[in-house]
Amino acid sequence: MKGKNSAGFLALIISIISIPFMVTNDYYLGVLIFTAFNCLACIGLCLLMGYAGQISIGHGAFIAIGAYTSGILTAKFAWSPWLAMLCGVLIVIVIAFCLGIPALRLKGHYLAMATLGFASIVHIVAVAAVDLTGGPSGIVNIPRLDLFGYVLSSDKQYFYFSWSVVALSIYIAFNLINSRVGRGLQAIHGSEDAASSLGINITSYKVQVFILSAVFASISGSLYAYYMNYIDPGPFDVMHSVLLVTMVAVGGLHNIWGALIGAIFLSLLPEFLSFLSDYLQVLGIEYQPDYDTLVYGGILLIIMLFLPEGIFNGLSSIIQFIRSSFRKFSGRAAGRVE
Amino acid sequence: MSNSILELEVLCKNFGGVVAVSNLSLRIEKGFITSLIGPNGAGKTTIFNLVTGFLEPTSGHIRFSGRIVKHMKPHTIASIGIGRTFQNVQIFPKMSVLENIMVGRHLRSRAGILSSSVLPPFLRKEEKLIRAEAEKQLHFLDLSEFARVPAGSLPLGNQRMLEIARALALEPKLLLLDEPASGLNARETIAMGELIEKIKQMNITVLLVEHDMELVMDISDYVAVINFGKLIAEGPPVEIQENKDVIAAYLGE
Repeated sequence: MKGKNSAGFLALIISIISIPFMVTNDYYLGVLIFTAFNCLACIGLCLLMGYAGQISIGHGAFIAIGAYTSGILTAKFAWSPWLAMLCGVLIVIVIAFCLGIPALRLKGHYLAMATLGFASIVHIVAVAAVDLTGGPSGIVNIPRLDLFGYVLSSDKQYFYFSWSVVALSIYIAFNLINSRVGRGLQAIHGSEDAASSLGINITSYKVQVFILSAVFASISGSLYAYYMNYIDPGPFDVMHSVLLVTMVAVGGLHNIWGALIGAIFLSLLPEFLSFLSDYLQVLGIEYQPDYDTLVYGGILLIIMLFLPEGIFNGLSSIIQFIRSSFRKFSGRAAGRVE
Repeated sequence: MSNSILELEVLCKNFGGVVAVSNLSLRIEKGFITSLIGPNGAGKTTIFNLVTGFLEPTSGHIRFSGRIVKHMKPHTIASIGIGRTFQNVQIFPKMSVLENIMVGRHLRSRAGILSSSVLPPFLRKEEKLIRAEAEKQLHFLDLSEFARVPAGSLPLGNQRMLEIARALALEPKLLLLDEPASGLNARETIAMGELIEKIKQMNITVLLVEHDMELVMDISDYVAVINFGKLIAEGPPVEIQENKDVIAAYLGE
């Protein structure tokens, strides 16, 4: 990592360290922990979407597999949480490989179709395979994660842990982007014909990135299970996968920071809306949580219309515009003095 | 002629009912510049796509360095030493000029997805080597001043140069250039001709498809003329210029 990215990374580390000192309310800390899970999945998804140019509408399913593998192995078979998480990762690697090979050999967005189907299958299995997954009532008594024998019992500890994982994943993502493999991926995105004429095995690279992004999702699912100590099929439906894709698109496809910002923005938006509804009630306007969807849609529409490159790039071009017009203005002022 | 690097043996390619290449046999001499000319739609680019694995021949063989090339994907063909450029420039527009060439070093480096993402300090040496080689190519093609510029913002002439630099970074034995001078002005075309001759001096065999006859006759050692997927003449440029069939094919009778 270099230049602006390492500055951004430093800023992220500082905010991670300082936020628990400012947010002492356990509820909001919990929201921020959920945000970390979304960020983790979105960083993986951004590698796939922004750098390999493929869309997965099934990352919610990989989160579910991570969560359920962890949940079942720890709660029913008393495995160590770490071992269970690793097992989830291995299962996801095998599944992503089997899904990716046929779908990514073809040009076009077949992966989106395959993963969409897969996501709904996983959700149906989670609801219907009562013996394995507990069905709609889910799995209880999932233990908390321990770190070198030290159990992460408080929300503050879990906040630090989960955001450290996010920071680590950003580090990994940037390493990848600035490597031989990352250049290969960007080349594939630029021109598949040219990339293969230079010796890049397109299918293999796409499958590898797909697997990597699925692993990120699986780890995010395991961490979710260990934090909640309870899982049910509710949060793992297809809409969650769509939400993840939206987060990456809203933040900015071609930038890891964009994915991070998109994930944070859309994770915190419901909280902000409920805060807003309290305020509106004081003013005498009834705000129903059902309106959330409307506000969501409106915000997405505005972002896609006015910031089609995502929030991150949109903001940086606005900042650049302000800077350049300021320079022009000060230049003119200086000219007048002469 | 044991000294040929590429041999096409009764090569055929049909697209449905359309015959693009029919019973074409051709030997490309090692270390020389051979040009493939012919009217539009004669099948020149199809031949390139057959040689580089983008298309599979309907029948016939392609032999590279004495070895039959069959059922190979484009990336495998690149690895046995065939580089190419494209008729409509295919650079990676969002990557910088230097990064474009660094992609060309792909086959000369090894780092995989795991080591790249987790162990970058161990790969610093390889990265340095990739960068140094890419900078060498940039310097060779006089593009050093554009190193950090996004490739998409270069003028067309420089984009074509960049595409060649990227293919050279592959260190190919055979380089296929598909209309490298199309869209270039007179001065750029002369520079392109000089570049192709320099590539020949690097001991790289060049197979060229080009419509600019002055350039073709100037730099080629051999010329092969194709019309309707068939070879109608081959030989040194002087002979080709006199050939009646060729004149007929170009001007019509």
